[in-house]
Amino acid sequence: MSFPWATQYEPQNGFTKWMDERLPLPRLVYNAVGAGYPVPRNLNYMWNFGVLAGFCLVLQIVTGVVLAMHYAADASVAFGKVEHIMRDVNWGWLMRYAHANGASFFFIVIYMHIFRGFYYSSYKAPREMIWLLGVVIYLLMMATGFMGYVLPWGQMSFWGAQVITGLFEAIPLIGGPLKTRLLGGFAPDDAALNRFFSLHYLLPFVIAGVVILHVWALHIPGSSNPTGVEVKQESDTVPFHPYYTAKDGFGLGVFMILFTIMVFFLPNMLGHPDNYIEANPLSTPALIVPEWYYWPFYAILRAFTVDFMFIPAKLLGVIAMFAAILIWFILPWLDKSPVRSAKYRPLYRKFFWILMVDLAVLFYCGGAPAEEPYVMMSQIATAYYFLHFLVILPIVSQIETPKQLPNSITDAVLGSEGKA
Amino acid sequence: MIRPLSILVGLGFSVAVLWAFGSGAYVAMTEGTGELSAEYAIHEKPHGPEGGFSFEGPLGKFDRAQLQRGFQVYKEVCAACHGLKFVAFRNLQEIGFNEAEVKAIAAATPVPGIDRNTGEATTRSGLPTDYFPSPYANDVAAAAANNNAIPPDLSLMTKARKDGSNYVYSLLKGYGEPGDPEVMAKYPEFETGAGLYFNKYFKNVNIAMAPPLTTDGQVTYAEGNPEPTIQQMSADVAAFLSWAAEPKMEERKKTGLWFLGFMIFVTILAYLSKKQVWAGLKTGRKD
Ligand code: HEC
Ligand code: HEM
Repeated sequence: MSFPWATQYEPQNGFTKWMDERLPLPRLVYNAVGAGYPVPRNLNYMWNFGVLAGFCLVLQIVTGVVLAMHYAADASVAFGKVEHIMRDVNWGWLMRYAHANGASFFFIVIYMHIFRGFYYSSYKAPREMIWLLGVVIYLLMMATGFMGYVLPWGQMSFWGAQVITGLFEAIPLIGGPLKTRLLGGFAPDDAALNRFFSLHYLLPFVIAGVVILHVWALHIPGSSNPTGVEVKQESDTVPFHPYYTAKDGFGLGVFMILFTIMVFFLPNMLGHPDNYIEANPLSTPALIVPEWYYWPFYAILRAFTVDFMFIPAKLLGVIAMFAAILIWFILPWLDKSPVRSAKYRPLYRKFFWILMVDLAVLFYCGGAPAEEPYVMMSQIATAYYFLHFLVILPIVSQIETPKQLPNSITDAVLGSEGKA
Repeated sequence: MIRPLSILVGLGFSVAVLWAFGSGAYVAMTEGTGELSAEYAIHEKPHGPEGGFSFEGPLGKFDRAQLQRGFQVYKEVCAACHGLKFVAFRNLQEIGFNEAEVKAIAAATPVPGIDRNTGEATTRSGLPTDYFPSPYANDVAAAAANNNAIPPDLSLMTKARKDGSNYVYSLLKGYGEPGDPEVMAKYPEFETGAGLYFNKYFKNVNIAMAPPLTTDGQVTYAEGNPEPTIQQMSADVAAFLSWAAEPKMEERKKTGLWFLGFMIFVTILAYLSKKQVWAGLKTGRKD
């Protein structure tokens, strides 16, 4: 599944010939991320975030496995075990800070990756399946991050788990028993901590599996590109290696510089001080907030403060919070514009940037206490969020007149020279 | 079919949330959004000692002499009420005490043990491998002795509060500092209850901890050290607790600088090779 002009893999020596006949792993790599994979020549730096996400996943698995060697999921010792890692385990502090900040960086990278998808409508045919698998990955990441945050068993771990599992109570009839099932008790305790640890260890490997499917699906149509015009000829592409290996290598370097600054010099900036207080079921923190990457959705949850048409406010909030992500699944069928890139969609581009501002407002309100003016701000922003995806997007894609598209990627890159 | 449906659902969600907005706005208009509580208004943000702590910034290091003075304040004053359960006596070698000194400090501290003959709970003298004991047998005893407030363990205190090192410093020297007179005048009914002490840096400005450092010279520093004023002692013990909370800070920053330099070097190489690889190819977008 590649373009006809892709270079073919030729085993170079006896060993690779022998391998190629028995387990063609080198061939697979060559065709996936080597010279055998033609990629549009005009990708910008927004296309670096897929590879960076893959790097983050590996980083989380490696640091996580080392942490698990020194951790114990027992409510009476978990907090002390984490301190043991910080103080007594060789390089333990590095493993823990890299894992905690690594999670944050993973989400930053994924948000860039998803927003790239919004801007260039990468979700459109023939790439719907890539997108759907991406949303599945994101949901799995949310679950993994939430359960990971419970493990150090600090105040925010405990109360966050209490609040989030408490959401299930809003579901009529089965909500109460469902929450008890999830936690293995009426409140977070040993049982909850143990199953969260087990799942937190499992899910990253499930994610890795879905990432394989995601990349497999990607390799069928190949990457899209900033013009949104499909590849038509050999001059539209360059081989992945060395062009994009070099570009991704540079991107990875920049990522690592920022990551190093965070891990070594500001390791607790993205954390909450309360999580350095051991969990105490008898003392509720003044403000319970999840980690920053959930804030926009937490704001949506809390925006529903009043019952509507006999539906309790809490249930509405829970439905809206989950719906806010689930609606991404139908995006490919809501946006019917034949043009992909927002570069050629003047109206859609404006709404894209309004959505970014809207998300920033939701983010800000999600981290703030449930007081005015934050509640009112989050209510307006929540209304806009749903209007954007479910109302504005379908209508805009119908009514807007897109700009003239270039004939091909080569044309877009070379202008008139390309036509010669 | 999917799009008319989605428009309906989208309008449904927005109407539901705008309904909530409307009723919130109605309440705000008829009843106002409520006053700030007195505690909230009087509370002030912490600040550090003049010139800041030596360990701030990417190159900052602990000042060993200061940590030792801070330890002395902890031992002679705070340890009466606060434990330090994640710090072992042997860790004191990291702040410049020698092995014999650590042994002596440990031996002078009784820790819980059992009687070898009867198995009954008693105390024995500490060993370097022991951790700082809690002054109370349990939380009930701690609360009973402190007007129902439990003195928290201090091992992680500077990380468990926002801007923690400055916070501990401000809190300790902040007793008796009056709040902003203008703000105080707005809340004439505000008072500090019995058994509580006014401290504008504490979250609800009424703390159950009696001022632990009350007079200059309360702790006698060895010769060659600065005057033990309340400010100086507060800064010293705040520095000591910052070390106790993050003993690997110096190692972390040192490794970080080295690693950052390495990453910058590698990234420059990566940039140059990217330029080299792409040199022959035109990528500028002209449209
Ligand atoms: C007489 C017992 C006593 C002594 C001595 C004492 N404390 Fe406290 N401390 C307390 C109590 C009780 C609390 C809990 C206060 C509350 O929650 O209102 C407390 C709380 C604290 C807090 C936490 C404040 C917060 O934000 O929750 C810090 C920090 C602290 N003490 C530092 C010190 C230091 C440093 C010293 C030594 C200079 C010291 N204490 C000496 C009893 C004491
Ligand atoms: C573990 C997390 C993920 C990894 C490792 C990963 C990896 C990748 C990689 C390597 C690419 C190709 C390079 C690129 O175009 O950037 C890619 C493309 C893509 N990803 Fe992901 N991804 C992840 C999560 C997601 C999520 C959460 C979404 C969306 C919800 C998503 C949507 C897409 C789409 C639409 C493409 C194709 C873009 C195009 O070809 O133009 N991915 N992904």
